[in-house]
Amino acid sequence: MRSPVGLLDGPPPAAGAEGLASHEARLGRLPVGSEAQGLIPMLEASGLQGRGGAGFPVGRKWRSVAERSGGRAVVLANGAEGELLSMKDRTLMAARPHLVLDGALLAAEAVGAERIALYVGQEHTAASASLRRAITERGGEVMRRAGVVVAPSGYVSGEATAAVRYLNKGVALPTSTPPRPFEQGVGGRPTLVQNVESLALSALVARFGDAWYREAGRRPAAGPALVTVSGPVARPGVHEIALGTTVSELVAAAGGLQAHVQAALIGGYFGAWLPSEQALALSLDPAALRARGVAFGCGVVAFLPAAVCGVAATADIISYMAAASARQCGPCLFGLRAIAEATGRLAGGTPAPEDLVRISRWSAQLPGRGGCRHPDGAAGLMRSALEVFAEEFSLHQRGACQHGAPQRKAA
Amino acid sequence: MADEIRIDRIRCDGHGLCAELLPELIELDDWGYPLLAPGPVPEHLREHARQAVAACPVVALRLERVAAAIQSGRRA
Repeated sequence: MRSPVGLLDGPPPAAGAEGLASHEARLGRLPVGSEAQGLIPMLEASGLQGRGGAGFPVGRKWRSVAERSGGRAVVLANGAEGELLSMKDRTLMAARPHLVLDGALLAAEAVGAERIALYVGQEHTAASASLRRAITERGGEVMRRAGVVVAPSGYVSGEATAAVRYLNKGVALPTSTPPRPFEQGVGGRPTLVQNVESLALSALVARFGDAWYREAGRRPAAGPALVTVSGPVARPGVHEIALGTTVSELVAAAGGLQAHVQAALIGGYFGAWLPSEQALALSLDPAALRARGVAFGCGVVAFLPAAVCGVAATADIISYMAAASARQCGPCLFGLRAIAEATGRLAGGTPAPEDLVRISRWSAQLPGRGGCRHPDGAAGLMRSALEVFAEEFSLHQRGACQHGAPQRKAA
Repeated sequence: MADEIRIDRIRCDGHGLCAELLPELIELDDWGYPLLAPGPVPEHLREHARQAVAACPVVALRLERVAAAIQSGRRA
């Protein structure tokens, strides 16, 4: 199920950062000048979509920055990875810093950018150390243009406008749009905010072509992808797949399930719960998932053991999401908090009358009512929980639980 | 051509004047923040919509001209 050239080919990621010599011996030198000029059309032809969560077409994003840049754009490589269930960006940055750097340098050349900021989550210390070493290995020109910026902890720090605002003002909270970063970003300049896996994939497309990318997926899906598997599997963690691989094949690659599971969270905290049989049959193809109302997101597949209460698991997630609100918009601050409190009461066996009805109403009201998509993501997760764990939620509204006495799972 | 109401959610403080002036299109949620009916402002409510936009104490509302063909139900 691996493509012939993948993001994590070469030395095992656990061995640490791959040095420049090994990187170039394996993949060849970075295409420059005229070769790199054709990269935007090549990315458009490849069908590569962003891997940060939103899945926006990469070529189109680069073009929109290039059209405005006049040579003064900024590339912001996004490695904040605030999603708790995702490990793939930090793993990639730590193990393949030169591939990420290649992608950022190619992006800078293609869109007309001088400065490159590598925005790396505060907790991802191995990743930032690895990128800093890689920059030093490249020497003068790259050292002058590129630098690591440590992103503060927090789920919303990696949101594109929050990243831009952090570089501008030191506050990693979303801003109202328009203007969007590609119009007016870092220092008021057109800014390409691109996830680090998307950049690394762009560096492979530049070397091996758009046909390689399409063939690296399982038709009709295109491309390889990094995913993070968690729950009762033999080998949880980051796996590289061909997009279009089914979840059950991914589970087999991760050594199989070691306990009964009842559901899987696809796409992370912004994603959706699915009953396990449905989840296992899913093809991890962003377009096919979208058609089913599920987002590939940042490639998270998290299994919930049958022994754990779905209401309690959801209460944990939604209370995290409520606490992670930037607290700038009323509907997110108050609405999400109320949803989290009510879900917590249900999970803990102390339901207030109508809690379930109100959670349902509030979740339906949230989408589209924030400066960023945080409330949309949390509300989507909540609505999927109400559907998948419907029976369990009604039991909890009556103060009961299929898993014994209602109790919050220890955090 | 038609107008759609846009709300800057970061600016909005839930004063609620918009819902008083344009109850046909704007309701308030349980915390006093606006819930906007999807779609363009109907012709007969245009003047009320302008007043609602003008009345917002934090200038969180605006009207955006949209081509009839690309009217979005909800802001993407």
